[in-house]
Amino acid sequence: MAFVIEMLNITKEFPGIKANDDVTLQLKQGEIHALLGENGAGKSTLMSVLFGLYQPEQGIIKVRDKEVVIKNPNDANDLGIGMVHQHFKLVHNFTVTENIVLGYEDTKKGFLQLDNARKRIKELSEQYKLRVDPDALIENISVGQQQRVEILKMLYRDSEILIFDEPTAVLTPQEIQELMKIMKRLVSEGKSIILITHKLNEIKAIADRCTILRKGKYIDTVEVKSTSNEVLAEKMVGRKISFGVEKTPAKPKETILKVEEVSITDYITQKIVVKNVCFEVKRGEILTIAGIEGNGQTELIHGITGLKPLTKGKVILKEQDITALSIRQKSLSGISHIPEDRQKHGLVLEYSLENNLILQNYFTTQFQNRGFFKFDNIRDHAEKLIERFDIRSGKGPLSQVRSMSGGNQQKAIVGREIDRNNDLLIAVQPTRGLDVGAIEFIHKQLIQERDQGKAVLLISLELDEVMNLSDRILVMYEGEIVGEFDPQKTTENELGLYMSGSKRGKQQ
Amino acid sequence: MKLKTLGSQIVKKVAERPSTISVSASVLAIIAGLFVGFIVMLIINPGQAFAGLRSILFGPFSDMEGGRSLGNTIYYAVPIILTGLSVAFAFRTGLFNIGATGQLTIGAFVAVYIGVNWAFLGPLHWIVAVLGGMLAGAFWGSIPGILKAYRNVHEVVSSIMLNYIAMYTVTMLIKQTIFNATSARALAPETTARLPQWFLGDVFPRSSINIGIFIAMILVVITHIILNKTTFGYELKSVGFNRDASQYAGMSEKRNIILAMAISGGIAGVAGAVMFLVTGRFMSIENHLMAEGFTGIAISLLGLSSPIGVFLAGLFYGALEIGGFYLQRTTNFVPQIIEIIIAVIIYFSALSLFLQKFVANFLSKRLKKEVQISEGSDVL
Ligand SMILES: Nc1ncnc2c1ncn2[C@@H]1O[C@H](COP(=O)(O)OP(=O)(O)OP(=O)(O)O)[C@@H](O)[C@H]1O
Ligand SMILES: [Mg+2]
Repeated sequence: MAFVIEMLNITKEFPGIKANDDVTLQLKQGEIHALLGENGAGKSTLMSVLFGLYQPEQGIIKVRDKEVVIKNPNDANDLGIGMVHQHFKLVHNFTVTENIVLGYEDTKKGFLQLDNARKRIKELSEQYKLRVDPDALIENISVGQQQRVEILKMLYRDSEILIFDEPTAVLTPQEIQELMKIMKRLVSEGKSIILITHKLNEIKAIADRCTILRKGKYIDTVEVKSTSNEVLAEKMVGRKISFGVEKTPAKPKETILKVEEVSITDYITQKIVVKNVCFEVKRGEILTIAGIEGNGQTELIHGITGLKPLTKGKVILKEQDITALSIRQKSLSGISHIPEDRQKHGLVLEYSLENNLILQNYFTTQFQNRGFFKFDNIRDHAEKLIERFDIRSGKGPLSQVRSMSGGNQQKAIVGREIDRNNDLLIAVQPTRGLDVGAIEFIHKQLIQERDQGKAVLLISLELDEVMNLSDRILVMYEGEIVGEFDPQKTTENELGLYMSGSKRGKQQ
Repeated sequence: MKLKTLGSQIVKKVAERPSTISVSASVLAIIAGLFVGFIVMLIINPGQAFAGLRSILFGPFSDMEGGRSLGNTIYYAVPIILTGLSVAFAFRTGLFNIGATGQLTIGAFVAVYIGVNWAFLGPLHWIVAVLGGMLAGAFWGSIPGILKAYRNVHEVVSSIMLNYIAMYTVTMLIKQTIFNATSARALAPETTARLPQWFLGDVFPRSSINIGIFIAMILVVITHIILNKTTFGYELKSVGFNRDASQYAGMSEKRNIILAMAISGGIAGVAGAVMFLVTGRFMSIENHLMAEGFTGIAISLLGLSSPIGVFLAGLFYGALEIGGFYLQRTTNFVPQIIEIIIAVIIYFSALSLFLQKFVANFLSKRLKKEVQISEGSDVL
């Protein structure tokens, strides 16, 4: 079968790092081709080269056997190449239609003609069963729908080659199932897909072939059917990976965090998003709150950490009522917080890595004296965390965080929060966007924290993670805790029923 | 041989620094401005164009007898350095202070008021007057800060409106308090309130230079230190870059926004004091916004929003002003040529991101490696 895209011997260098070093990728007509590699292996970079965002220093790109130079995304569009980025690029206060036609508008005598576009978007949306309302505002639709808008954008531009950069990292399991169906439909209509993902079972489920990168270098291209997960993982990290998590039974001690009848009303919609939630987290255990995205977990955590006010209830940390304290005081009284949205809350993207690593404790005497920074200590601190958490980037402590790969941004936050050594560690989707090696590492760290007598509160959408890590599981549905489970005695299926609201028990 | 590779390595290192790219963009803007000015002179009067260009370029050295022109260059530069610094400081903390002119006006009034009325202060007189101007500017600047922090009113809108409020209020206050009815303008500050010259009068005799330049230097150093070396600056910048992350980290965004605007306004207030605590310049009662506040925006852009960059850009501006002055003396060009040059430079610095891309592309090709544009933050 002919190749639609050939990227041959591509080299792309950034200050301090060769992001792609002699990489080759060949995409067959009508296949789903997975691109696998550790965080920072150069996957996004390679795709940005294909999409015209970067110019390679070496190597050639062929589209349908013709050598081409792709200078910018417009060139890529003209060649039928479309891309859904790791972090979406939508205008929040525009409608779906407006976002899709942006940069591609129909005009008549200088006036915007949206009617045809709207019709076409409706048709496309029906043809591929995307179920997107062309008139909805982006800010009012879910992340999954936003992603489908990005897909529509490519279809609207008649793209034949579709690039998906970690599309599933931000989706719920249900949305992932749906996306996979959509992708299958797309290939059956003759499109070709390049899919970046860290989840091996997704690759197993829908990809035909898989190209593996490691530290910017090309390792191999394999047929997915005849390759096991273990082999894929080993090729990717260069060593064997243990998939299960090894841990001893928990030895819970005294209560660290106590949440009493907490309710939260959303300020804008006036909806009650958290209802009468009560639970405790003890020293030496990992308590997980499972649930489908959007059932109040985010608000609950914001309520506990102070990012959102409570309408009712109390938060008690180590027998001290911290409900009324400021965010800073709460954090200082012993809360580490790995936030859900790394780019919104977790990082100042314009700052260097070392400046981000002190974001939560820049004011302590370790880093300042009478308001003046101790730059040597900041550097040492950064180097220590980079080493311990294997944070990879081009220029070490001085890398601008914006230029770091998504997974390494996440590792920086996880490292910063664990290093603060607080009695309570709140981890909201701590492994979102991480490669299997890094996930294994973070899981080990969380268990180690637990074993050192910390209380860990984990929020996760991934059932695997929930089942593997937790000592106790609470399921949250529509703002309420609908059940408590022992991971030894429950199944993913049972959890699923509670998460979707089909079943519910009484609160603890 | 070795030396050569070492040399080319240094060149490479320098070229890879984000600041190199931004600085070259500013230099390009200046060259473009001078070039356009030169073309205009060529069109108007080809015979004198070269002489004109020379007098613009070497304006500060035109009258070297006692360094008069050099002293005046500095004299003209000081208010612009200060307003540029005011805008740059706000900008680095994520705020666009378009109200520098209003803060300057209020600061100038309070300084002159003190200068006229509080002669009993003796040798402390000018110091108190400058401080008064600073506080008044800080107060005026904090208003848009408060509106933004508590009511989410965009600072551009509120500070523009406050410019007009400041202008009319000050006209009214001048008429009521420090009015010189015979000349229809404000009274002159007492000599004790005028900025002293100290030894500068001997170094640059016959020029108007005063210690305003030292005040500017001190403020440049202080803001540089605040922005780059302190936890306070770290907070201010964090809030500017990402309010959500700053909140997450427990910083008080409201307090930081207000403080940033107050400091920015305070610097503009000092600019106002420095402009009018001199001999031979009086606050007028004609209602017009003072241009220095807006020129500050351009200088901040040209100086890449870095205090040291602003200092250099401000001096360059002073040099151009003086160049314009001597231009009409040595040739028969009108000094408006200078205005054209400055306008073109402003346009090009506004396009600085575009120029930076241009330089970055050029360097990427030469170095065979992607080079990064810094996000207007930690340059210099
Ligand atoms: N614009 C840039 N400037 C400097 N370095 C960059 C830039 N973009 C990427 N890099 C570096 O190149 C390397 C590869 O990054 P890339 O984003 O391609 O990784 P990735 O494979 O997509 O990782 P992840 O799975 O974490 O998203 C990283 O070390 C990153 O720091
Ligand atoms: Mg990536």
